[in-house]
Amino acid sequence: MSAPLLQVTDLEKHFAVGKKNFMGKATQTLKAVDGVSFELERGETLGLVGESGCGKSTCARTIVGLYPATAGSVKFEGEELMGLSRSEWMPYRRKIQMIFQDPYASLDPRQTVSSILAEPLAIHALDKPRDRRLKAMALLDAVGLNPRHVHRYPHEFSGGQRQRIGIARALALEPELIICDEPVSALDVSIQAQVINLLEDLQERFGLAYLFIAHDLAVVRHICKRVAVMYLGRIVEIADRDDLFRDPQHPYTQALMSAVPHPDPVLEQTRERIVLTGDVPSPMNPPTGCTFHPRCPAKDGVPGTRCQEEVPHLRNIDGGSGPRQASCHLDATAATQTSA
Amino acid sequence: MALLDVRDLRVRFETHHGVVRAVDGVSFSLEEGETLGLVGESGSGKSVTNLALLGLIPNPPGVVESNGVMFEGHDLTKLSDRELRRIRGNQIAMIFQDPMTSLNPLLTVERQLTEVLELHKGMSRRDARKKAISALGDVGIPSPDQRVDQYPHELSGGMRQRVMIAMGLLCDPKVLLADEPTTALDVTIQAQILDLMRDLQHRHGTAIVLVTHDLGVVAGTTDRVNVMYAGRLVEQASTSSLFAAPQHPYTQGLIASVPRLDGDPNADLYSIDGSPPDLANLPVGCPFAPRCDQRQDRCTQESPVLENLSSDSARRASCFEVETVGGAS
Repeated sequence: MSAPLLQVTDLEKHFAVGKKNFMGKATQTLKAVDGVSFELERGETLGLVGESGCGKSTCARTIVGLYPATAGSVKFEGEELMGLSRSEWMPYRRKIQMIFQDPYASLDPRQTVSSILAEPLAIHALDKPRDRRLKAMALLDAVGLNPRHVHRYPHEFSGGQRQRIGIARALALEPELIICDEPVSALDVSIQAQVINLLEDLQERFGLAYLFIAHDLAVVRHICKRVAVMYLGRIVEIADRDDLFRDPQHPYTQALMSAVPHPDPVLEQTRERIVLTGDVPSPMNPPTGCTFHPRCPAKDGVPGTRCQEEVPHLRNIDGGSGPRQASCHLDATAATQTSA
Repeated sequence: MALLDVRDLRVRFETHHGVVRAVDGVSFSLEEGETLGLVGESGSGKSVTNLALLGLIPNPPGVVESNGVMFEGHDLTKLSDRELRRIRGNQIAMIFQDPMTSLNPLLTVERQLTEVLELHKGMSRRDARKKAISALGDVGIPSPDQRVDQYPHELSGGMRQRVMIAMGLLCDPKVLLADEPTTALDVTIQAQILDLMRDLQHRHGTAIVLVTHDLGVVAGTTDRVNVMYAGRLVEQASTSSLFAAPQHPYTQGLIASVPRLDGDPNADLYSIDGSPPDLANLPVGCPFAPRCDQRQDRCTQESPVLENLSSDSARRASCFEVETVGGAS
């Protein structure tokens, strides 16, 4: 079997924060990403979900080298990316592109759409200068914008149209992987649906793989084949989409799904909800053991103080349509009890 | 008689690019103890409607006109600033979307909470502090006697939003205008805050106007819904009948375009073509016509008005394709 398109192993990104000591070193560590592993196949979509501050965006930025990783490995088509120099990165920049959340902040207001879209082509010395405008027009057409608007500036477009320009820019270099960091969360519902459909069409047309970062579970369920749930810098559950949404294993995944309001008043009045207490703890000072234990509604099911003391690791779970893992002591206890 | 009765509210902003009609003839009423949802996309005029009710639209550039915003026999638009201030924060309170920008970063939580009490209720500083602490406890903030002395930046987003809600409810208002109170929050925190608002409403009988773009939140928390598009109300109905059978093509499209946890994930999402119109340059006729898949010739010439449905007199819609009492179609 050939290597997966993207293979992330034990990725860590720690930030030094807080007051500096007499040696000029920061005294605290913020473990934004703390041991994340996953694989992404060609043409597939992996969703990375979690609440604000869980480390999903940091994870994406570390993978593309915008932050240097603290530890771990990121392999693209079997080649290690961590520790590459700027010039060694260049060929991979063509193959891995990114779409950002805020369509207002991620486009240069002083450049026309034409020069925004031609810039990556110029950097990588692709196409002749005079062909770049034609390419830009073709890209606009591909994302459903009028190619004649190529001379306009970003402020002349609406939010949804700007996000389409961001997508066109990501497509310019014909990448194999696009990392989408909350690409639709700043958009209105009716526009969000347009952009989701566009991303799906483009994936089919160009055989793209997406790492799709979002906090909206319904959007993730729509677009992703596999889904990883993050909490405080770690993946707590990863599974095929259908398995995860039919039968979530980790108590956090269950609570997260239950918190999503359904656009259906009848269902909303009848369904049972798990409402978590408390806030997401600070990643500077995470709880001991399982970092979810202070909010976990299921911890009483685990005997003793195991959840408070022992960090649970991702374990394989049987009975899914694909490989599936969760990190909770509860299943482990149940498993040992049944085997005893 | 309704607690709050808004008649033909219009707000326009006179800008360099022309006159922007942000709210264009909005009428609705609010009954005691009910939750009314105000739904629409960015720029549809939901927030401006709320701000206009409390006289919070700056003039210039904003101009507010109406046939009356009646609250307990007073027309809010006719009151002097002084009289309005006695109602604002006291009988009608507001919760804003972003608790980071709407709390004062230079004041402790105590100062922000006690200000209202000293102003409206004439409480002493000490009594006001006690009341502030108990209000923080009511909204589920742990160790409120310590939190009360902290500054907003020391609190998490969920905590800040709770402080905003506590502030809104301090004077036991009859009406709470909540502008996207959970939009900036994560879903698990959103669930806590919505539960809290429901609980407080049961205890105090507060009527709530909930402005949101999240149809899931609307489905779970409101009794009735107003749908806004381009500054106008396009549909009014009870929450259950709206979701069961949306009448206006815009409402239909909006509900269909939300990805659902119980929908078919492999089907294409329904999407409304195009984007909302420029309010300074509205199309002739129905403002939704350019995006509407049920458009007739008539829609681009005349503007439909909000009228009672022939089939259900408790519902109203503004569309030529819907059978209304006015006999539009």
